[in-house]
Order: sequence, then structure tokens, then C-alpha cells
Amino acid sequence: MENSFEKSLNQLEDIINKLENEDVSLDESIALFEKGVKLSNDCRKTLETAEQKIISLTEAESEE
Amino acid sequence: MQTVTVKQLNLFVKSLIEGDMRLNDIYVVGEISNFKNHYASGHLYFTLKDNDASIRCVMFRGYAQQVKFDVTDGLKVILRGRVSIYEKDGQYQFYAQEMHPDGLGDIALAFEQIKERLSKEGLLDPEKKRPIPKFPQKIAVITSETGAAVQDILNILTRRWPLCNIVMCPVSVQGENAVPEMLNALERVYPIDCCDLIIIGRGGGSIEDLWAFNDEILARKIYESPIPVISAVGHETDFTICDLVADLRAPTPSAAAELAVPDMGEMKYRLNSNKQRLIKALNGKLTLAKSRFSQAENSPYIKKGVQSIIEQRNLTVDTLFDRLTKRYTDILNINKMRFKTNLATLDALSPLKVLSRGYSVAEKDGKILKSSKDISVGDKFTLKLKDGSLNCIVDTKGE
Repeated sequence: MENSFEKSLNQLEDIINKLENEDVSLDESIALFEKGVKLSNDCRKTLETAEQKIISLTEAESEE
Repeated sequence: MQTVTVKQLNLFVKSLIEGDMRLNDIYVVGEISNFKNHYASGHLYFTLKDNDASIRCVMFRGYAQQVKFDVTDGLKVILRGRVSIYEKDGQYQFYAQEMHPDGLGDIALAFEQIKERLSKEGLLDPEKKRPIPKFPQKIAVITSETGAAVQDILNILTRRWPLCNIVMCPVSVQGENAVPEMLNALERVYPIDCCDLIIIGRGGGSIEDLWAFNDEILARKIYESPIPVISAVGHETDFTICDLVADLRAPTPSAAAELAVPDMGEMKYRLNSNKQRLIKALNGKLTLAKSRFSQAENSPYIKKGVQSIIEQRNLTVDTLFDRLTKRYTDILNINKMRFKTNLATLDALSPLKVLSRGYSVAEKDGKILKSSKDISVGDKFTLKLKDGSLNCIVDTKGE
């Protein structure tokens, strides 16, 4: 199962590191920035719309 | 002579011994030897001895089950029980009802024994510990349905990280059902592959209350878990076998919940600072690009480049022009010189030059008179002098 929040956060931080430390072209920087902003917004949205589910063991089993 | 049967004798002595209040409930200390665990019946047979004496002992199953530690030869124990006679062989023996280690407490001893065993098998090796997922998505919580622990865990998980779902596994955490119920819960949670973390534990209690978490079978089951396990038993000072085999020991159930998930507030802060960093990084890139551009723009090559090229060209043109003019002048001068030389030669040869020395030239009808025979008396002729000419008539002819 894919953990999209973690994935997005990792991607975002990779982008920042790249922008901060690597020699990327201006065009590429702008593309990275746009992607970073999108990821950041996605993460925030995930956090803000999170709804926790508490289920019992039997429910979890029947889901399988 | 009155006789009694052997059995009667044994029973008589037995009644005497059993009639003694002190022998009915007595503590005896000694070292275990000849230990036999009768697995089929569950009774324990052994001899208790010290330097000078020994006594046969039996501990029946019901009592033996209460002994938490492993009974082994050489172990110094305190037994509580009664003394009686086994009438079938007249053997006098000690019927133990409680057994405690001499020195260390029972639980402490049992704990040490299990710990040593698991440790020898490598179950406690730090390198066997798996990392706890940073962002768990589904957490199984195995604990009592009642009590503060479950509430603490749920509250904290909800407050800190509502992104994760929770699978509640209510179990007994003390008493005889505790271990089987926890084993069952683990067994059922393991195949649920969307669970990526297990929290197993309970709130504080006496050492006896926490005993289920020192169970060796439970510990092995936790060790076998395909999913990382956080153990959270009792208070900070309580250490159990489960804590040792789990991937992470949390000092309390609340702490387990905090260790299990990231904090929403911190995450928002981190996201915010990420965004700031992102903006700052791009701005940095832009500033850099701008400065590179203006540097390029102001570079002597770009700024003065064209001009300098022009200047360079001008210089070349000038040089060429200079060279050309010089050459031209030279040629001119050379020619002037030649002209002057020629002129001088010409001048020297010129009749005018001769005239200037006092000679004169006689011309008749434009022809130079070279002989007196070419002219007759009375003829007109022109005599050219240095500074003019004279029109003359031949008067006479001389010789």
C-alpha cells in the first residue's frame, strides 16, 4: 500500500535539497518549484482533511 | 501382643505429623537437587538439601503452575508447605505449596531466566529491531478495552496524527486469559497486511499485574511479528520481556502513541518551513541568475566588446593607413629626389645654364646657327642671352 503523504513529503524535501544544493538550470528550477508547491499543497490538504477511522479487529479482518 | 499393619503404622505416624500445627504450614530453605518435572502430570519432584541433610519434596500441579521461574537443580529456594508421610512407602516428605527463590524475588528470577534464554537465542539482539514506520497508516492497538491506557493511546493518536487508522484489539491484560487472548490478537493482526504498526501494552499495575507481559510464549510471538511492534507496559520503571523483544519499548502507553506517529502540528510547521525553503531556494536561483546575467551584461567583453572590436579595427585601419601614407610619402619622396636629380642633370645640360655663364645662342628662323656660312650679311637673327634676346642684323662676316 502506497503511503502517499510520506511519498509526497519525501519528494518535496528532495526537490528542496536539489534547489538548495545543486546546480540546476533556471528553467528546471522553476519546474521544480512548481512541483514543490503542488506537493506541499497536497501534503497540507492531506493533513487538513484527514479523518481517523477506528475499527475493531473483526472489522479489519472482514476487510481482508 | 498387639500388632498393627504397616499401613496402620504409617497412617498413625502420618496423623501425628499432620496433627502438628507447625509442620502443617512451615517454610524451609534449601537447595534443589534431583529435580524431575513430571510433564504428564505437571507435578514436580525433587530433593531439598543443605550441607548436612536432605528431604524428598513434591509439588503438585496446581501449585507448580504458580511458580513463575524455572526450577533447576542447584537453585536455592524457600518452600512453603506441609510435612507428611506417603503411607505407601512410609517416606516422609515435604509437600510444597509455594516456592520462592532465596535472595531474588520470583518474578525477578523468572524474568532473568527468560531474558537469558531469549538472549542466548538472539531474540533480543539490537540489530533485530526494525525501524518504526515514520508515517504509519494503520495501527493495531492491542490492550484492554477498559482503563486509561486505551483512552490515552487513542486520544494521542487522534490528536497527533489523524491520518492513521486504528484497529482496536481488546484483550485481557492480566489474569489467566491475558496471554492466550494477546496471542490470539497477534495471530489475527499479523495477516492484516495493511497494518503497519502494532502497539501492545497496558497501563500501570503491580509486578504481578504486568506478569502476562513477561510470558515467554507471548514474547516469542511478538518476536515473530511481520509488523514492527511497540511495547508499552506499565510505567517508566517497569521492564518486561515483551519490552525487550519488541522493536521499540515505550515507557508508557501514552509514550507509545507519541512514538508511533508524527505530530500534526509539527508536520504543518515542517510543511510551512519547506514551503519557505522552496521559495527561498527559487529566489536564490533567480538572484543568482540575475546576478550572472548582469555580470554577463556588464562584462568588458559584452559591454566594450563591440566597441573594442571597433577600436581594434580602427587601430588596424589606422595602422594600415599610416603604413599606406608612409609608403605613399616614401614613394613621393623617392620620386621627388629622382626628379630633383634629373632636374639638376637637366639643368646642367640646359642651354640656359650655358647662357648664364655668358654664352649666347644665335637662332635664325628658330634654328640654332652653328656655322657662319648658314647666314648672309644683312640677315636678321636672334641672339639669346641669359636674361633676354637681342634682334640683330649681320653687319659683316669675320673669319
